Amino acid sequence: MSRVKKLRIDASWCKGCGICVAFCPRNVLKLENDRITVADEENCIKCGLCELRCPDYAIWLEESEDE
Amino acid sequence: MPSKLIEREMRIANLPHIWCPGCSHGTIMRGLAQAIENCGLKREDTIIVSGIGCSGRAVGYMDFDTIHTTHGRALAFATGIKMAEPRLHVIVLTGDGDISAIGGNHLIHACRRNIDITCIVLNNNIYGMTGGQYSPTTPTGDYATTAPYGNIDRDFDIPLLARAAGATFSARATAYGVNEAISIMEKAIRHKGFSLVEVVSVCPSYYGRKNRKGDAVRMLQWQKENSVPYAAVGKMNEEDIKGKIITGIFNDDDFPEYTEEYQKIIDRVRVK
Repeated sequence: MSRVKKLRIDASWCKGCGICVAFCPRNVLKLENDRITVADEENCIKCGLCELRCPDYAIWLEESEDE
Repeated sequence: MPSKLIEREMRIANLPHIWCPGCSHGTIMRGLAQAIENCGLKREDTIIVSGIGCSGRAVGYMDFDTIHTTHGRALAFATGIKMAEPRLHVIVLTGDGDISAIGGNHLIHACRRNIDITCIVLNNNIYGMTGGQYSPTTPTGDYATTAPYGNIDRDFDIPLLARAAGATFSARATAYGVNEAISIMEKAIRHKGFSLVEVVSVCPSYYGRKNRKGDAVRMLQWQKENSVPYAAVGKMNEEDIKGKIITGIFNDDDFPEYTEEYQKIIDRVRVK
């Protein structure tokens, strides 16, 4: 079994600042009704910049065992 | 449930925090939590002290022994804590107004004493919580609620001030360069003696709006485009450095630490 990283979101903590959307290098994210949502997960390279920059801890990478 | 880091280091019940959309304080607070973990500090050996202002709210969220003190006096309380329990890692989280206006005198003397405290200054160039009054770090000519025609004061360079006052570690990073901020905060925590790290935060609600700097994304972009590493400053002319954010570690010196020197006095004069 290998460790995989998965993009996780808690939109209820999102304040819609758009920082993660703007600084995502692969255009994975978008705002919908001023809340964060994943637009294109396939494109995500799990770099973690969104987690590093999100001021509200609404987006992060979670490591888990491969399912 | 948020990320593991947030779960381990923050009081989840108090989150999400009250800071405005796009405010960098949350990013920097997460960065500090990461730096504390990277240093392997134990919760029972770490105490975080804040003063008043937007930055002061951080101690309500960080799951350590914390104390939210009076305006400008975080370093005075921190000094008392360190003197009483020198084994503790004492971290002060403060803002530009709190540390350099109201607490300016405490700052220079904490620097001069070289007491082993790590002081993290969240500099957003304005008093955010009270409605956008200019602070000692509001650049000359910029606007604030109390400077509707432009600020005529010159702004403080807080790390330079700290260094001049005797701080043995002084540095600056930005919210945009949060990885650099984490690595510098780590070094500051490990440094024995007084360390000061200014992290330039963005305040879109007041400083940004008053000065037409755009939203948080544009303000962070501005930081990216206008930061100059300290190592490059020597090769640049004065005109090119003007208005830039100089980042990096400015000094990292060895000098006797205050609580250790104090202990030596106790050992010397105590009747054997």
